[in-house]
Amino acid sequence: MIAILNSHGPLREIVPATRSLARVSSIGARAFLLEAPGEFDLAAQRRIWALSQTVRGWTDISEIVPGMTNLLAIFRETPEDPESVVARLLEAWDDARSIDLVGKTIEVPVHYGGEHAIDLPALCDLAGLGDREVVRIHHEATYRVFALGSAPGFGYLHGLDPRIYMPRKTVPSLKMAKGCVTIGGMQTGVAMLTGPNGWNSIGFAELQMFDPMSSTPAMMAPGDTVRFVPAWIEL
Amino acid sequence: MIEIVETGPFNTVQDLGRQGYRDIGVSASGAMDPLAVRIGNLLVGNDEGAAAIEVQTFPFGLRFDRRTIFAVTGADGAPALDGVELLSWCAYTAEAGQVLELRHPPSLARAYVSVGGGLDVPAVMGSRSTSLRGGFGGNAGRPLVKGDRIALGDSADIVAVPASGLAVVEPVVALRDVFPDFVDGTLPVRALPGGEHALFPDDGDAFWSQTWKISSRSDRTGYRLSGEPIKPTTSIEMRSHGVVPGVIQVPPGGEPIVQMSDANTAGGYPKIAGVIECDLWRLGQARIGSRIRFVRSTHAEARAVEQAVARYVEDVRNTSAMVKRALRAMA
Repeated sequence: MIAILNSHGPLREIVPATRSLARVSSIGARAFLLEAPGEFDLAAQRRIWALSQTVRGWTDISEIVPGMTNLLAIFRETPEDPESVVARLLEAWDDARSIDLVGKTIEVPVHYGGEHAIDLPALCDLAGLGDREVVRIHHEATYRVFALGSAPGFGYLHGLDPRIYMPRKTVPSLKMAKGCVTIGGMQTGVAMLTGPNGWNSIGFAELQMFDPMSSTPAMMAPGDTVRFVPAWIEL
Repeated sequence: MIEIVETGPFNTVQDLGRQGYRDIGVSASGAMDPLAVRIGNLLVGNDEGAAAIEVQTFPFGLRFDRRTIFAVTGADGAPALDGVELLSWCAYTAEAGQVLELRHPPSLARAYVSVGGGLDVPAVMGSRSTSLRGGFGGNAGRPLVKGDRIALGDSADIVAVPASGLAVVEPVVALRDVFPDFVDGTLPVRALPGGEHALFPDDGDAFWSQTWKISSRSDRTGYRLSGEPIKPTTSIEMRSHGVVPGVIQVPPGGEPIVQMSDANTAGGYPKIAGVIECDLWRLGQARIGSRIRFVRSTHAEARAVEQAVARYVEDVRNTSAMVKRALRAMA
C-alpha cells in the first residue's frame, strides 16, 4: 500500500529569472527546463550548446532537448531529490563555457516571391522596404542553426536582419506548404511539413532536409551555418 | 499475418514511442496508454515494447491467418473471437481464420491488441510507432484501413497459453491504492505546477479548483479543455523550448491544452502545470466529453506511484513467465 502524500504540500521554490540567474522549472515530474537569462543571442546559445554536452553525459538522463537559449532535460525516472537536480542544472549552467560548434555550411536554393510568398507584401509594408530590398536583406545574411524542433528536421535559424523582423501571426495560416521559407519574429526557417503555420512566408525551397529512413534523418544540426541562395526571384 | 477487416479512422500501430529524437524535432508518439501495451505484450510473451494496434474508433475487427496468441488490453468491454465473448487483460490463442472484434467500450477510450511476436513493421528511428504528422513509422506512416495486412514477428510462445486464457489483474484494480478513483464521475489527474504557474492569480486557484471538460477538438496530439478561461496576470513573450506529453499550456484564449503522445517537441505558451508521467495513461483513457480535475502533486508522490507501477509490471512479467514455464513442462 502506497500512501497518497499530501498533495497540498509546499511548492518547490521556483528559482527566479533575473538578469543574471538562470531559471529552472519542471514539466511533470521527470523533465526540468533551464532557461538562460539575458538576451536571445549567439553568446547565450553557445553556452546552451556547452550545457547540452555536459547534461547529455549524465547517467540518469533519458533525453535532452536544446531550445532557444534553454534546455529541457528529461530524466529516466522521477528524481528522489528534485532540489538537487535543480542545483545540479544551475551549477552545470554556471560552469558552461561558451563553445562554438563546428558545423557544416548548408546552401538552400530559394525561389523568392511567387505563389508561396503569401506574406511578402505584408512584410514590405511593415518594413517600409521594397520587395527586392527585403529579398536581398534575407539572402545576404548568414544564419546559424540554434536548435531543431517543432517539426521533424526544422531548424530555428538565428541571424535575421532586424529590418525584416516580422511577428508571428496571431491566426496561423491553415495550410502552409512544406518548403515555405518563413520569418517568425527574429527567426527564419524552412517549413518541414504542410500544415498550420504562424510564420510569414516569403519564398519556397525544394531542398529535402529530412529523411526518416536515414541514419542521420535531419540535414541541419545545431551550430550549422545556413545561407539562402536565390535560385529565382519572382516579384 | 493479420488482416484488418473493419476499422474506424485513426487506429494506428503504436509501441512505447520514439524516444531520443526530440532534439531533431521528432515527436515521441507511442501508445496513449503505454501501461496497457506493456501488460498486453508481457501476456503474449513479447518484450514489453513490441508494436501493438491502438484502437480508438470502433467497431474494429481483424482476421488471423495463422495460429496466433493475442491479448486485448486498455479499454473496458469484452472483445469477441468469432462471436464468442472473451476477457480483456487475458491472453488467448486464435486459430487461423478466426476474427477478433472490438466493440465500443462502455466508458474508456482506447483498446490495444497485442499479438505474439509483435507487429513486424519496420522500425523507424528505433520505433514502430506511427507518426501521423510526419507520415512515417507504423503501417506506412498512416492509420489502418480495411484490407491492410500486417506481418507478425516470430513467436516462440505459441504453445504456452491455456485454452481458458491467461489473465492478469488489470492495473486499475491492482494499483487502486495509488490511482485515486473517479470522484462524482470526474477523473482526478495529478500535476505539478509549471514554469509560469506564478503568473496566474490566486496561486492558480481557477485552474486547480474547476472541473474541465475534454473538448471535441482533442486527439492524440493534445486535449483541449473547455471551462472558465484562465488568464495570466501579465502576458509574456516566451522563447521556444522543449516540451513533453503532459505539459499543460494556456494559449491566449485561456482554455488549457494538455499535450499528449503526439505532442509537438517544442512549445512557447505559458505552462501552468505538467501532469505527472505515471498519470498519463489514465488521461489517455479519458474520452472526449468526459470531465477531469487537476490535483496538485509532488515529486515524492510521483516517485511513489512510479515505483508501484514498476513493481506491478515486474510482477506480471515474473508471474506470466512462471505460468508459461509450468504449462510448457506439462505439455
